[in-house]
Amino acid sequence: MRLTEIRIAGFGGQGVILSAVVLGKAASIYENGFATMTQNFGPEARGGACSSQLVVSDSPVLYPYTTQPDIMVIISQEAYNRFAQELKPGGLLIIEEDLVRVSNINRDKQVYAIPATRFAEELGKRMVLNSVMVGFFTAVTKLLSADAVRKAVADSVPPSFRELNLKAFEKGYAYGVDVMAAGPARRELEAVAVAEE
Amino acid sequence: MKADPRGVLTGTHFIDGDHACCEGALAAGARFAAGYPITPSTEVVERFASRVPTVGGSFIQMEDELAASIALQGGVWGGAKAFTVTSGPGFSLMMEHIGYAAMTETPCVFVDVQRGGPSTGLPTLPAQADMMQARWGSHGDYEIIALCPNSPQECFDLTIKAFNLAEEFRVPVMFMMDEVVGHMTEKVVIPAADQIEVVPRKHTKKSIEEYLPYGTNGDMVPEMAHAGEGYKFHVTGLTHDERGYPNMTPATQDKLVKRLQNKIRSAADRICLLEEDSLDTAEVVVVSYGITSRVAQRAIDLARERRLKVGKLRLITAWPFPDKKIADLASRVKAFVVPELNLGQMVREVERAANGKAKTFAVPHAGGGVHNPDEILNAIVEASRC
Repeated sequence: MRLTEIRIAGFGGQGVILSAVVLGKAASIYENGFATMTQNFGPEARGGACSSQLVVSDSPVLYPYTTQPDIMVIISQEAYNRFAQELKPGGLLIIEEDLVRVSNINRDKQVYAIPATRFAEELGKRMVLNSVMVGFFTAVTKLLSADAVRKAVADSVPPSFRELNLKAFEKGYAYGVDVMAAGPARRELEAVAVAEE
Repeated sequence: MKADPRGVLTGTHFIDGDHACCEGALAAGARFAAGYPITPSTEVVERFASRVPTVGGSFIQMEDELAASIALQGGVWGGAKAFTVTSGPGFSLMMEHIGYAAMTETPCVFVDVQRGGPSTGLPTLPAQADMMQARWGSHGDYEIIALCPNSPQECFDLTIKAFNLAEEFRVPVMFMMDEVVGHMTEKVVIPAADQIEVVPRKHTKKSIEEYLPYGTNGDMVPEMAHAGEGYKFHVTGLTHDERGYPNMTPATQDKLVKRLQNKIRSAADRICLLEEDSLDTAEVVVVSYGITSRVAQRAIDLARERRLKVGKLRLITAWPFPDKKIADLASRVKAFVVPELNLGQMVREVERAANGKAKTFAVPHAGGGVHNPDEILNAIVEASRC
């Protein structure tokens, strides 16, 4: 696990922070690496802009913040507008496809999209969209083993929601495996962006 | 003695520095806290308030920081290990009672999760600008101990250390966190209770008739008795004699205040915890503490890539200041580089201890974020050329 900078951003209530906690826990506890997570949020409990920064590595993390993220997970348009330009050249962008429209993005970025909220609603609870997202992240980035992230999900949610979150994780993971087989969604999204311009 | 297993959350956790500090306090045996929650320290007492009733203790949310900082001392004299938690604006309000704790030799811990100041400043953003206040904020001559963690793991480990030092020396210990360390989440390993050493209260074994509340047996730290045990004693912020009664004469003042100072200064070598790296071959030494020490490490690594001879001295204990260590280094290095999230506080101490034998380069930052490692690197480069 080389030093990897990740930003996860959306609005409050989407599980942005919990997603970062799950991935950080998977990296540092279940894969025995190192992870440092910091968070930024407004005064609102729900609805305000919310973002977390996660740095994972196989050696101790010194600088606690991301400088130029290798991976970005974006779950709201506001977050996209604010953060997308930070992504490293060649970086990997994961979006919630029903909530984020990709525009003004360099061709060297790899974009992967998932309708995580819709999947979560199909599973019966919109709240688990973050676990769908985490599953998708795991399949697409291959940064962490699925088993480590699965354990971290189980360990990070209240016991009564464990099963549902694990289902959500598997849903996102399976979708990610399929998407990877098909290749990045960039071309299709670029077409959208071009049409908008 | 070993930690009480009821308070020890043994296991591997992914928690932030504030929560880790709370777990450290519980592991150290803290069973009482009084606080007036303030960002970015709130999570410490929030967790403590929910955890401590399960291990037989209590938390009181007080009306303000003055009340919090004196209620905790009531808890200590009632027999508990106790602490309070605050940030800059609240720390300012606690100053009078820090002096009271020093004068009455009340063993306790003040946690200050530093944010940008002055005044209410930057509630959610970091600074390290309370370092001089921690040392000199209350009036009169006194000594305190101050520790500076740089990770959630250290927030756990050093909180235990803070309580242990407070008990050993009967002194208020300042636990100087910063917003970044408080709010960053990392892996924290909490060992089994039987692997955690805690220092118990220095309780007297003397009979009620023989006991002298401020009598010492040569080690400069008197023994305590608690309210309600039958011992008769008086606790006052006035200058007092061995019986604890006010005795406002120059002779008593001299004896008491010098002892308060010497009990810490004479043990400074043992209290001063430092992290050292490549000091033997260094031409430039970066002196840092708290979150800045991690940012500085990146600058040190970059400087070494340029083949500069850079050493690292991290102040885990900021007060008492490691005068001897700096003086010793000053006689063999070119310069010190001191980055900190303030406009120049601990750098003055480095300069004082170096006593003109080595140059000192400050790398100030007004707070609200951390340094860009390049700023520290540039100072290292400049210092190497001097």
